[in-house]
Amino acid sequence: MILGQFIILGAALFSLGVYGVLTRRNAVLVLLSVELMLAAVNINFVAFDTYARDAVAGGQIFSLFVIAVGAAEVGIGLAIILLIFRNRQSANVDELDLMKL
Amino acid sequence: MSDWITHPENWAFALIALPMLLAAFRAVTSRNVVHSVLYLVVALAATAALFLLLGAEFVAWSVVLVYIGAVVVLFLFGIMITRAPLGMETELSHSNQTKIGAALVSGALFALVTVATVRGFGEEEIVANPTRTGEIGQSMFERFVIPFEVVSVVLLAALIGGIVLARRDPVEGDEALQ
Repeated sequence: MILGQFIILGAALFSLGVYGVLTRRNAVLVLLSVELMLAAVNINFVAFDTYARDAVAGGQIFSLFVIAVGAAEVGIGLAIILLIFRNRQSANVDELDLMKL
Repeated sequence: MSDWITHPENWAFALIALPMLLAAFRAVTSRNVVHSVLYLVVALAATAALFLLLGAEFVAWSVVLVYIGAVVVLFLFGIMITRAPLGMETELSHSNQTKIGAALVSGALFALVTVATVRGFGEEEIVANPTRTGEIGQSMFERFVIPFEVVSVVLLAALIGGIVLARRDPVEGDEALQ
């Protein structure tokens, strides 16, 4: 295995996540695309950790931190989406234009 | 490059990577919300398989437990509570014009990241070496103990924040809620 195949896979997954964030209207699906981007970052972390043979396994530890923070982010994000839905009866990101002049 | 294909672990990589990319693509383009989440499960399971291929067993099973077990269920709850249209729906994404722009942006990002990183590291050889969970724990509680504590505070803050945000405020004079 070479490092390039993991890098390319991670970059492809990240770009798909960016595409999802930019095109989705539903806020839940925007969060889902962010999760894809986090998964891409994790692939890079673990691949570089294995490549570097880190004695303290720093890449794996940080991918665990990414997983934990990602779980927290989804919890808070869905709570906020729920609150927006309760106030505006819609979870579409393009209808949240209160701050637009 | 010619002997790349002869290594069985590269076959395993291709067998994992292709379904993963396909599932990720369907997850961001599917017109059905629930299908989108289920494709995300496939993509995350493929990530876990990739971690197993690299020998990072603890991270792989953490992905299965936390993402596939908890986060996906949270997404399904979010979809059901916000009453997102469960069937086929055309209004789930932006217009075609936005899609073309987004495709250009993500394509350019992919090209940029790929060229920049593959030039630096592309040909480096990786040898999968299994990391024992004991080593992860040793390093987590010695070298990385401060970030670990910070993450636990973040999780606590997220827990409290989630409850405070999502709780329905008690209506004045409503006896049923008190």
